Amino acid sequence: MIGPDPFPLSSPPGPQVRPVHDPFHGDLLEVSMGPHHPSTHGVFRMMVTLDGETVVKLKPVFGYLHRNHEKIGENTSYLGSMPYTDRLDYLCSMTNNWAYALAVEKLAGQAVPERAEYLRVILAELTRLLNHTCLAGFLLQDCGASGTPLMYAFREREKILDLFESLSGSRMMCNYQRFGGCRVDPPAGWLEAARTVAGNYGQFLDEYEALLTGNEILMARTQGVGVLPGPLAVSAGVTGPMLRAAGVAYDLRKVDGYGVYPRFEFRVPLGAHGDTYDRYMVRVLEMRESIGILRQALRDIPGGPIMDPKARLRGFRAKPGEVYSRIEGPKGEIGFYLISEGGPNPYRYRVRPPSLINLTILEDLCLGQSIADTVVILGSIDIVLGEVDR
Amino acid sequence: MLGTGLLQGLAVTARNLLGSFHDPKRFVTTQYPEERTKLPEAYRNFPFLVSENAVDPMGTLRCVACQICEKECPPQCIYIEKSKDKKADANGKPQLYPAVFDIDLAVCMSCQICVEVCPFDAIKMDQVFELATAERFNGLVLNREALAKPNSYFQEIHPTEAAEVDGRLAADRKAAEDKARAAAAAKAAPKPPSALPPPPPAA
Amino acid sequence: METLEQIRDRLLARFPGSAVALIVNLGPAAQHSLLVDGSHGRAVAEFLRDDPALRLEFCSNMSGVDWPAREVVETAVVAAPDPAGGPPRSVEQKVKRLVPGYLEAVYHLFSIELRHGPVVLRLRTANRTDQVTLPSLTPVWRSCEFQEREAFDLFGIIFEGHPDLRRILMWDEFKDHPMRKDYVEPDDYEWEPTPHGDVLAKARKHYPAGAGAPAAAQGEPRP
Repeated sequence: MIGPDPFPLSSPPGPQVRPVHDPFHGDLLEVSMGPHHPSTHGVFRMMVTLDGETVVKLKPVFGYLHRNHEKIGENTSYLGSMPYTDRLDYLCSMTNNWAYALAVEKLAGQAVPERAEYLRVILAELTRLLNHTCLAGFLLQDCGASGTPLMYAFREREKILDLFESLSGSRMMCNYQRFGGCRVDPPAGWLEAARTVAGNYGQFLDEYEALLTGNEILMARTQGVGVLPGPLAVSAGVTGPMLRAAGVAYDLRKVDGYGVYPRFEFRVPLGAHGDTYDRYMVRVLEMRESIGILRQALRDIPGGPIMDPKARLRGFRAKPGEVYSRIEGPKGEIGFYLISEGGPNPYRYRVRPPSLINLTILEDLCLGQSIADTVVILGSIDIVLGEVDR
Repeated sequence: MLGTGLLQGLAVTARNLLGSFHDPKRFVTTQYPEERTKLPEAYRNFPFLVSENAVDPMGTLRCVACQICEKECPPQCIYIEKSKDKKADANGKPQLYPAVFDIDLAVCMSCQICVEVCPFDAIKMDQVFELATAERFNGLVLNREALAKPNSYFQEIHPTEAAEVDGRLAADRKAAEDKARAAAAAKAAPKPPSALPPPPPAA
Repeated sequence: METLEQIRDRLLARFPGSAVALIVNLGPAAQHSLLVDGSHGRAVAEFLRDDPALRLEFCSNMSGVDWPAREVVETAVVAAPDPAGGPPRSVEQKVKRLVPGYLEAVYHLFSIELRHGPVVLRLRTANRTDQVTLPSLTPVWRSCEFQEREAFDLFGIIFEGHPDLRRILMWDEFKDHPMRKDYVEPDDYEWEPTPHGDVLAKARKHYPAGAGAPAAAQGEPRP
């Protein structure tokens, strides 16, 4: 590096082991599961205090990926912030885009044509399939099944990423939604390809479940581990599959009914115990429901324009006011709070990150469990550091 | 029986392993760089400037240095300097052109907003991704000469988009020509007889 | 759900000293909010959570907002004496007023049980310099724990009663609050030169050529 290091670290990252003397319990061990760790789903650090192998205290430390996205949003136009929202939860860029586009459309009172609404639902459900497949693979990776279920999951994920690439030009950083619709119409044959992918996904899920769901090792490692009671989940603002695994029936697609979701028939799976196995199973069942929604949406999608004719691309301004709008992203409720003062840039641009808020109860879930379970519990919360840190 | 779940899982793994030897559905790896997968037409990775022909790329750039892409670019990776003189564009109208047009590849995030806002179809998305250089600061800043590529290249990589753009630009050109011809015809036509009534006879 | 005016009236009846006010949201979204003063913040929050008609037990979002001091120009009609000695005339006068700045904490509350919301709650500090304390609503809604830490880190709002108030996204020794409107970023945080001349000029100031500084990019740097 040229010149002196401008940001000297207060304590070096990486595993550090420091004995902490506690006269009542004997020696406690403080382990820093440092930011460079294969199982922490990104640059995430947990300061864990252990009594033997049992977790006595756990403090999460993050901010290693903090890019001050909210300040960038204040200095960029509304359209210019759209590619940055791709990079929030970088696995699920289509739903991030939709959440932001919905917030700006509510702020400005902009309408969206029907075909664009159906496309948004199709892409959101494909993203949900992507994300939950990723999670299933990574959860097994965290349990120690080094690579095989993960690679099967990624093999299926590639088919959806190919769909995204042929539609928006990029696999992950799609930048596809616009205020008033979608950027470009699907090319010829895309809807047929999407129908094929959605049709074959059920078969893949059957094979994947044969591999995993009845597996004794998975059940022993995840059942009864990291139990989250319903009232604590509600108070802690936990949303998404984690909340539903704790038994609380709250799915924004049903409650808020944004977009054209009220037209589709789907069920919302709930968990009975709130442990890690329930969080995994809720996501697998949600994948099956997503396939159902995809089939209905791909069957019913109408023709027509893809952008509202009154929508402006450049020089978009919203009247002074504010809005908080949220959608059911694959990880939870992703919301945008925008304050406009009438200028080309928003005055305040705030992202409500589901991963960060789901982490609030990480310590509660891990207390009393062994340190190996910490990794599995963190995996089942399903965090992406791009969203936690923004 | 304890262990049936494990055995079922092992059966799935075995099916995948043995299947990958003869079933293309199970063998999903492309041996890059000997094999390459075909990229979809919509794939985008870093922009390039469109010139009308390959013979004189700098002289036939569609870009008129309006700096709209520079302003709209979210990470501000484009740097443009307008020229001091004007050159005739494809329609014959004298336009400015960019004397300097730099894109910093280390900053560009391939978001395609510059392409969307360009009113002249002058900047489009390229598909080249093998861009590694040994020189970090100079090799990753592309100037005008490195960015300009002919319209034939654009037609090769994005056929449907190029067909639409070419059609629209040809229609605009034809409309401009028709207007110019109509204006010239109106000027060259003989003056029609005066519509004024003849002067009254002297009283 | 009852309207925001009804909630405000009930709050004023229940907490007579509090200054609960309705803030109208001008845009098409029409999400109006309730402004509560700091001393009654915790009590109002508990009331909103526990009241059987509202049951707002889910705090979805908590954001900090920075409102620096602004100059507001108001036109006032005043009676000015007529210099010619006739009756006084009414004259329009433009008055400049300085609205003091403050920091704001905005809470978006929903009810999972009764399926309604959002109810937007706003708490404002007295100013942006020394009186930046607000009551923490973490004992009421656990989800505010990390979000209030983030508002402390990025805006500098101090939450009284928060169980663990320390920086969350920036490192512990960091000074200043990045999301404030008057935040000045350090000169040398982006030392890699780009075609943008101001960054290159700043980098040259800190890392003079010869100490391995990179060569200039092509083209003249922008003034």
